[in-house]
Amino acid sequence: MTTLLILIVLVLVAIAIWQMTKIFELSKLKTEDSQVATDKDNKYNGYLLFAFLIFIYGITIFSFYKYTKVLLPESASAHGNDYDYLLLVSFIIIFFVQTITQALLHYFGYKYRGEKGKKALFFADNDRLEFIWTIIPVIVLAGLILWGLYTWTNIMDINDEDDPLIVELYAQQFNWTARYGGTDNVLGSANVRMIDIDKANVLGLDESDPNASDDVIVKELHLPVGRKVNFKMRSQDVLHSAYMPHFRAQMNCVPGMTTEFSFTPTITTAEMRMNPDIVDKVKRTNKIRAERAANGEDNSDPWEFDYVLLCNKICGKSHYNMQMKIIVESEEDYNAWIESQQTFSQTMASIE
Amino acid sequence: MSVTAHAHVDEHADDHVHHHKETFVTKYIFSQDHKMISKQYLITGLIMGIIGIAMSLLFRLQLAWPGESFPIFEVFLGGWAPDGVLDADMYLALVTIHGTIMVFFVLTAGLSGTFSNLLIPLQIGARDMASGFLNMLSYWMFFVSSVIMVISLFVEAGPAAAGWTIYPPLSALPMAQPGSGMGMTLWLVSMAIFIASSLLGSLNYIVTVINLRTKGMSMTRLPLTIWAFFVTAIIGVISFPVLLSAALLLIMDRSFGTSFFLSDIFIQGEVLHYQGGSPVLFEHLFWFLGHPEVYIVLLPALGITSEVMSTNARKPIFGYRAMVASILAIAFLSTIVWGHHMFISGMNPFLGSVFTFTTLLIAIPSAVKAFNYITTLWKGNLQLNPAMLFSIGLVSTFITGGLTGIILGDSTLDINVHDTYFVVAHFHLVMGISALYGLFAGVYHWFPKMFKRMMNKNLGYVHFWITAICAYGVFFPMHFVGMAGVPRRYYQNTAFPMFDELTDVNVLITVFALIAGLAQLVFLYNFIISIFYGKPTEQNPWKSNTLEWTAPIEHFHGNWEGEIPHVHRWAYDYSKIDENGEYIIPGQDFVPQNIPLQQDEEELNH
Repeated sequence: MTTLLILIVLVLVAIAIWQMTKIFELSKLKTEDSQVATDKDNKYNGYLLFAFLIFIYGITIFSFYKYTKVLLPESASAHGNDYDYLLLVSFIIIFFVQTITQALLHYFGYKYRGEKGKKALFFADNDRLEFIWTIIPVIVLAGLILWGLYTWTNIMDINDEDDPLIVELYAQQFNWTARYGGTDNVLGSANVRMIDIDKANVLGLDESDPNASDDVIVKELHLPVGRKVNFKMRSQDVLHSAYMPHFRAQMNCVPGMTTEFSFTPTITTAEMRMNPDIVDKVKRTNKIRAERAANGEDNSDPWEFDYVLLCNKICGKSHYNMQMKIIVESEEDYNAWIESQQTFSQTMASIE
Repeated sequence: MSVTAHAHVDEHADDHVHHHKETFVTKYIFSQDHKMISKQYLITGLIMGIIGIAMSLLFRLQLAWPGESFPIFEVFLGGWAPDGVLDADMYLALVTIHGTIMVFFVLTAGLSGTFSNLLIPLQIGARDMASGFLNMLSYWMFFVSSVIMVISLFVEAGPAAAGWTIYPPLSALPMAQPGSGMGMTLWLVSMAIFIASSLLGSLNYIVTVINLRTKGMSMTRLPLTIWAFFVTAIIGVISFPVLLSAALLLIMDRSFGTSFFLSDIFIQGEVLHYQGGSPVLFEHLFWFLGHPEVYIVLLPALGITSEVMSTNARKPIFGYRAMVASILAIAFLSTIVWGHHMFISGMNPFLGSVFTFTTLLIAIPSAVKAFNYITTLWKGNLQLNPAMLFSIGLVSTFITGGLTGIILGDSTLDINVHDTYFVVAHFHLVMGISALYGLFAGVYHWFPKMFKRMMNKNLGYVHFWITAICAYGVFFPMHFVGMAGVPRRYYQNTAFPMFDELTDVNVLITVFALIAGLAQLVFLYNFIISIFYGKPTEQNPWKSNTLEWTAPIEHFHGNWEGEIPHVHRWAYDYSKIDENGEYIIPGQDFVPQNIPLQQDEEELNH
């Protein structure tokens, strides 16, 4: 039955195409069209170019009006403020240039639309003009380059000044693990060759290394506010990327090497939840979720804001769901939390 | 131009045209005629384009309505979409093959292959490529690589799914992902053959441009199309072999147990033997091709735009020498900026500084090109043919997409938008859509030369306007998705409540994408119907100056009956006037390149 239906549809489609080609041929005979743009075509398309300029501005304004709210909230890290400022300035320059160049391009398309008998201007060269629009980008870009490089060097200067907290972010398909240096704030040495699943040594720590015994291995990242954190990233299988958008932080995790990133969290999770932008966002999101609950759909539990660590390098089937919660809290809360966690040696002992 | 080349051309002029007997096979299949080969490239490229675009529409459905059941998934993907719900591995495979096909098979081979082949001999005044045989070989290797890539879609464990950048270890270990088994092997084999094809083609283009220019066609009289194809071929020859070496090393890691890119791996309960390799090395090798590849895709499109825009504006291209200098500068810089794809890959941050510097430098020649296009329109007499509209559209998307490159090329700002949808929006506008517009502009403009018939202009207008609106509709809001922190290559965003409110944007984007997909059917209809029923063309329908329009409409091997035309001027003498304000040739606003300088006419030194 389905085969018959498909056959009928195919036949009908064939007939339709045959008929359309006939119409096409007939219409051609009638108009004797040369298929080269006429004055009329130039006029209509000239107007359309102008309308298209308005469309570009329109979609820009629409997107800003409608989607500004989905952008990330204020940065929760110290260097993030520099990042956001540089981003803002870059965007102002971009939108300035975009507005002017698109206007010129489309306006000229409209203004100088062709007409029979009109003479175009033979204008092949002008050294001064070309000099101007070479030198202006040179100056603007030089400024941006210098500023960007200055910020980059600061962000990427990972050092041990100011007693940073040392944390390892360990990636595997498809989850994250965090390891703290413990009371000595030094990470014990580790390698995938020392992984022993039976003994629950999942990160491959060197059991004979004294620095390893007080390491704390957890599935939730807690950070004290205001203290610099130096992250050491490792991966055991494929490339992953530790992406913490709220902190303007990202670094790939590469099997076979340790990569680093460093930032100082400045806003606790509790404070961020009070941020008006976040309050609104949570409200909007929970409205969507309530609708879902009413329709009996998944992902309908009410949401409370938390910082997250996402995987941002394609890593396989569940790449889209590789995450870890990040909690930024006061020094005291952090200390209390870390106290309550088992150290590596305690875990080992309890298993034996 | 060298003396020997002169002699060569002259000698050719006498012995041609030999109408050797051609069979169906030598004329249509294993043809050595550059015009037939260019048609073969175009049609193969368009078929691959249909596959690539259809894939993008499939995964757009999943992104807008995650986890929803669509019968169309079951129709095309069968077991990969149980009950019509797309499988997560298949999603990644679709994304991967979409990228591979669009970048290499459509925009490299389909665009550069088609128009380099068609235009290089015709516009420089040569009877064919330097080696017709190598040219034929190049096409057929491309064809074989396309077939292998399509076959890889039907492998039991699924096609390659590690992203079009195929970073190891994901692409190297079948236990990391089913697509990294047979599917990835076929991907690598296909690409290796593709690279060989591309190299044969590029070497041929370079030799042809250097040696076979007709008398009077100095390098500074070359149309900008030829400059673009010529320089593109040079970048290809420099960078594609590096990708081949990366692919070969990856094949060795996968099949022969070497450790070029792999080290310290524990997967599925066991430690693998690999030791000492580095995935970052692969990233370097890949992007050493990968970034020049962007310009391999884009420069031909810009070259086509220069030619189409000047012809239809009835004005010389503004700043010919600056345009050539920009092409050369972009080509040079393109080979030393690859590291901007790797700011956060774990490589030394100092390298990041160097690559930021070179990357932002490349904005300068790009800006010069954009300004020169705009000035070319100024005070023109614009003939708004579909090809012209696509050229204007190209400049528009090139600017919009290029500007966000200032964000991504800055190592600092890259940190938080790297690998998010911001990147996806940026490169689709600046190289995807722009290069596609260049391809369309080329097809509409040179269709009469290729198929001796005209395409329907009204269908062309419909095609352009729907596409132009939808392209912005898809990619402009996408920047916001990226700025919200949504990573690319996520099967669905439902695992993160913070992305819940972005579902609306994704629906909007998908709707625009579907409409854009439908608009391409208008183009296909127009293309196919016009091949058979289009209005027969005139000799020079767009009143253009370049040499291809002096060749007879009828195709034969050798291009020109009798002697090859000699060149006496550059390609852009549109609306040139004498002291009295009259056109050089009375009543005609263009002076083809083969017309000698008229009395008292001054050849301007451009």
